[in-house]
Amino acid sequence: MIEIDAITKTYDEIAVVDDVSMVIEPRTITVVVGTSGSGKTTLLRMINRLVEPTSGEIRLDGDDNRSMPAHELRRRIGYAIQGHGLFPHRTVAQNIATVPRLLGWEKPRMDAKVAELLTLFQLEPEIFGPRYPHQLSGGQQQRVGVARALAAEPNVLLMDEPFGALDPIIRAKAQDDLLAIQKHFGTTIVLVTHDMNEAFHLANKIAVMDKGKVVQYGPPVELVRAPTTDFVKTLIGDAERPFRLLSVANAAAAVEPGEAEGEPIQEDRSQQDALAALLWSGRDALPVVSVGGKPIGRIKLSTLLKRAARLQ
Amino acid sequence: MRAWLPTALRGLLLLALLAFLVSPESFEPLLKPLVQQDAPAIYNHGSLLSLTLQHLRTVFIATAAATIIAIGLAILVTRPIGAEFLPLSRSLVNIGQTFPPVAVLALAVPAVGFGEKPTLIALFLYGLLPIFENTLTALTNLPRSVMEAARGAGMTGFQRLFQVELPLSLPVIVAGIRLSVVINLSTATIGSTVAAKTLGEVIIAGLQSNNLAFILQGGLIVGALAILIYDSLSGVEKLLTRRVGRR
Ligand SMILES: Nc1ncnc2c1ncn2[C@@H]1O[C@H](COP(=O)(O)OP(=O)(O)OP(=O)(O)O)[C@@H](O)[C@H]1O
Ligand SMILES: [Mg+2]
Repeated sequence: MIEIDAITKTYDEIAVVDDVSMVIEPRTITVVVGTSGSGKTTLLRMINRLVEPTSGEIRLDGDDNRSMPAHELRRRIGYAIQGHGLFPHRTVAQNIATVPRLLGWEKPRMDAKVAELLTLFQLEPEIFGPRYPHQLSGGQQQRVGVARALAAEPNVLLMDEPFGALDPIIRAKAQDDLLAIQKHFGTTIVLVTHDMNEAFHLANKIAVMDKGKVVQYGPPVELVRAPTTDFVKTLIGDAERPFRLLSVANAAAAVEPGEAEGEPIQEDRSQQDALAALLWSGRDALPVVSVGGKPIGRIKLSTLLKRAARLQ
Repeated sequence: MRAWLPTALRGLLLLALLAFLVSPESFEPLLKPLVQQDAPAIYNHGSLLSLTLQHLRTVFIATAAATIIAIGLAILVTRPIGAEFLPLSRSLVNIGQTFPPVAVLALAVPAVGFGEKPTLIALFLYGLLPIFENTLTALTNLPRSVMEAARGAGMTGFQRLFQVELPLSLPVIVAGIRLSVVINLSTATIGSTVAAKTLGEVIIAGLQSNNLAFILQGGLIVGALAILIYDSLSGVEKLLTRRVGRR
């Protein structure tokens, strides 16, 4: 659990993070959004003390994050940034092993961890481990950057626009990888992004920042249904609202018993995907199957239309 | 041009230089036409080989000392404790660069007298500047995201310096050392005007006795040394650049 308690950071008398308080539950993904210069990066960097707050306190699992030397704190918190920041003079394997090496892990344990992470990110350890960062594609470099952040099995992972430089297809893939990895390790993730689709896809909770303040902090559905300010409304986009609602709910949640014709959809896809499939194929209902492929019912177009409406 | 040609030419140059130093007499017929009757065509006040070695020794000692001090200073002014001195040291470097090496030598003599000492001091001082400047440039222009990642990973200041900053700066630092060495190789000849044992002796002797062959052989040896050392340090630099992954 991360407790951010009345945190303020001022530069030259200007509060770039202004009295922010929020509690981040363990094993969840919290996404921070907001316009450029609203203080997202500064807030994130105060968690691992790359920036020292002017006032306020941040507690990790109850302990003030200033109760240990900053470099020791940072070894316990994963940190992944845009442009990955891989060490160009070190191989991929050495890059991933950065924090374990600082912590003095035994070599076999380190090697095993590197191989595990590379495999998890679908990079063949024998092929990619000995390579240098410049021998990788942008997407591969980015995955290695995240793998490096996870190498010492941190409870908390901070990510600052980690997928900002990726093309849409690789980005979608990276997001799904991240979700899988978050499930696998149970990491608490705080992620900054400019991409609202990314925010809705990943977040358990979204924090919206505007001029140094967190103007709304809650589950994605709440942001769509009850935006607290015009800024939040604009950020979500009027025309996008119904689709955002459907995008954060699983197809499984809209299933009813019955049968339907045509191509089925898997229960773990979003209701937005289901709506798209219905509209594109011109059907009124769609069969739904479990992840294993067993039929479990159908979704009706009329159900989805009702679910996309403001009041339910 | 074929890829092997430069290497072959360097090899030939090295062979020619070694041959000349080991047995200068065998080159006498080549240099004879440059001198008047009866005048010696090959330097005869001492062994060319030992002068060359002394020349190299002087340059080596001065550059090594300059390297250690310049890198140390550059590290110091790029740490938080030395940050105050960064602007000052930058301007000192810029002023120092406009100072001709001969002037440094002229200023050193009154302070320490004649011999090898003033030469060492002049070479040391003049060698500092390129190395200091290059190290400073390298250390202050490291990729931001890499430095950010090093801090974020929990490296201490020392670990960042030795594991990230210096390895990444090495190619640029070596380029500075290369510049220093080459400047010092030629500057060292002037050292003989203040009685240091260097190849300058040969050139000065040639000037005094109006012996073109002496001037030429002194100049050519220094030139060949400079080319060979410059090239091999360039090679080291290329290797390091490839190692730090920036090609
Ligand atoms: N070291 C600093 N000194 C002075 N001002 C700073 C410093 N770091 C950040 N700022 C200012 O603080 C404000 C917030 O910066 P921050 O990097 O947190 O924004 P951000 O929300 O991450 O923006 P972006 O989306 O563009 O990354 C900006 O106005 C920035 O200019
Ligand atoms: Mg930012």
